[in-house]
Amino acid sequence: MKNLVDLEKKINSELTTKIKNTLIKHNQIYVEIDKEDLVDVVLFIKTNQDIKFRQLIDVTVVDYPEKVQRFKIIYLFLSHEFNQRMILSYFINEKEVISSLTSVFPSANWMEREVFDMYGVNFKDHPDLRRILTDYGFEGHPLRKDFPLTGHSEVRYSEEKKKVINEPVKLEQNYRNFDYESPWEGTKYLKEITESNDKKN
Amino acid sequence: MTKKIKNLNLNFGPQHPAAHGVLRLILELDGEVVEKADPHIGLLHRGTEKLIENKTYMQAVPYFDRLDYVAPMNQEHAFALAIERILEIDVPIRAQYIRVMFCEIGRILSHILNVTTQALDVGALTPSLWGFEERETLMTFYERASGSRLHANYFRAGGVHQDLPAGLERDIGKFCETFPKIINDLENLLTDNRIFKQRNVDIGIVTKEDALDYSFSGVMIRGSGIPWDLRKSQPYDCYEQLEFKIPVGKNGDCYDRYLCRIEEMKESVSIIKQCLTKMEKGPIKTFDGKISPPSKTEIKQSMEALIHHFKLFTEGYRVPKDEIYTAVEAPKGEFGVYLISDGSSKPYKCKIRAPGFSHLQSMDYLIKGHMLADVPAVLGSLDIVFGEVDR
Repeated sequence: MKNLVDLEKKINSELTTKIKNTLIKHNQIYVEIDKEDLVDVVLFIKTNQDIKFRQLIDVTVVDYPEKVQRFKIIYLFLSHEFNQRMILSYFINEKEVISSLTSVFPSANWMEREVFDMYGVNFKDHPDLRRILTDYGFEGHPLRKDFPLTGHSEVRYSEEKKKVINEPVKLEQNYRNFDYESPWEGTKYLKEITESNDKKN
Repeated sequence: MTKKIKNLNLNFGPQHPAAHGVLRLILELDGEVVEKADPHIGLLHRGTEKLIENKTYMQAVPYFDRLDYVAPMNQEHAFALAIERILEIDVPIRAQYIRVMFCEIGRILSHILNVTTQALDVGALTPSLWGFEERETLMTFYERASGSRLHANYFRAGGVHQDLPAGLERDIGKFCETFPKIINDLENLLTDNRIFKQRNVDIGIVTKEDALDYSFSGVMIRGSGIPWDLRKSQPYDCYEQLEFKIPVGKNGDCYDRYLCRIEEMKESVSIIKQCLTKMEKGPIKTFDGKISPPSKTEIKQSMEALIHHFKLFTEGYRVPKDEIYTAVEAPKGEFGVYLISDGSSKPYKCKIRAPGFSHLQSMDYLIKGHMLADVPAVLGSLDIVFGEVDR
């Protein structure tokens, strides 16, 4: 379907209860679903002749540590035929295990591995769930908001042991996060003066 | 007596000239035939996404140069577009032409590197010597506009950092006249070269269906015969006003992808020429004082401007709460930024979608059943740069 509004209607009418919320913004459609319906919904939008989101662009997670449902899982789809993008999302708890999309899209394999590596979200039925971007033997999940920017350990070559070793991070000065934000929005009086001057002239 | 033959595991890289960086590829070989390929990536992981979360929007731009470092400005473009779409600001037309022109220069930079190193991988030394000379010329254009040859940090939300220096447009115009001859020279060396064809034709074939399933984009999907280019299908900046063709392959093998890249370079030259003729004098960044800093002359004369400048470079500008995915057609494929802002001056999350990541992922599918000697050929045609794969 070429038109986003038609597409929104179609998805809502075909999948009814499986869709929690839809929104059209920035020429893209944002769809919220339940965790359990993921594979069904994705199979539908991939195979339906009027929708055809044939490509999984990316899988990612947003971490909101203050919420009970901490992670928002996001899937980006692209339909070449109708030239449209869809953003599918749902929330889960920290410990929840979600289903893998590898059976529907083979390219989900590494994307989910990255999510597992960076956020520690577990997938069931994933053929090969290993860390991907971090070092062999790495601990922790770097993109979680509670993981420090400087990390926990640093690597160096030890002249005594004649090998590369891991040590806790030692910094001369800790990373400082300055709070520059001020409620000051700039002056208004100058604008008023110039405006009143303009009126007088 | 029967002898049991065990498969051989071979470690390809991470220090191998044909690994195009720091790829560690673990190959399972049955004789000379590859049974399985397991790429280990992340040796160049620098935590770009985490760092961006801790920087203001303006400070985050240089990280994008360090992703695909052979075509830096194309990456900056995606990020700048994402911010612009959230802030809903217009980019002056001259800035749009400058940005598109430098993106096309980036495309030529990337394609020269890829075509020539792929030739190098299969045994041809001369193309890389010829091609790299042209890359050097292009990088001086980068340097004259932005001050550095590679890590430009030139694009801003709302335009570009500075106007082009005097004479640069003329010199880029001159380059456009001489460069097609170099492409012809490269083609003379490679296109009908018997060895080059033997090494590339019918190697690493990707069907249309698989190109979609494996999330391919860019030349990888066009080489398989799908006419998809974001510059045409979802135009950004001034691409709508430019005329160019999208080269499409037929067989989806390494050779077709090579041909696509050569043709794309020719198209890029034509786009640069069009930009140069259409470009007129004018502003190069948005006038919105909340986003672009005041000029140096203003700072010298007005206290308000000085304060604004200071606030912009310490606190940065704020971006309203929103989330957006923007993608550009980078030389290697669809490069996307999924940006989540929370109303502060730092991104809450910035997910970078690198085309090379999904291309490299398909290595196992592409190489299964091929000979060991085909590994560099296929890897070369994927156009992998580790800056973007590992992020």
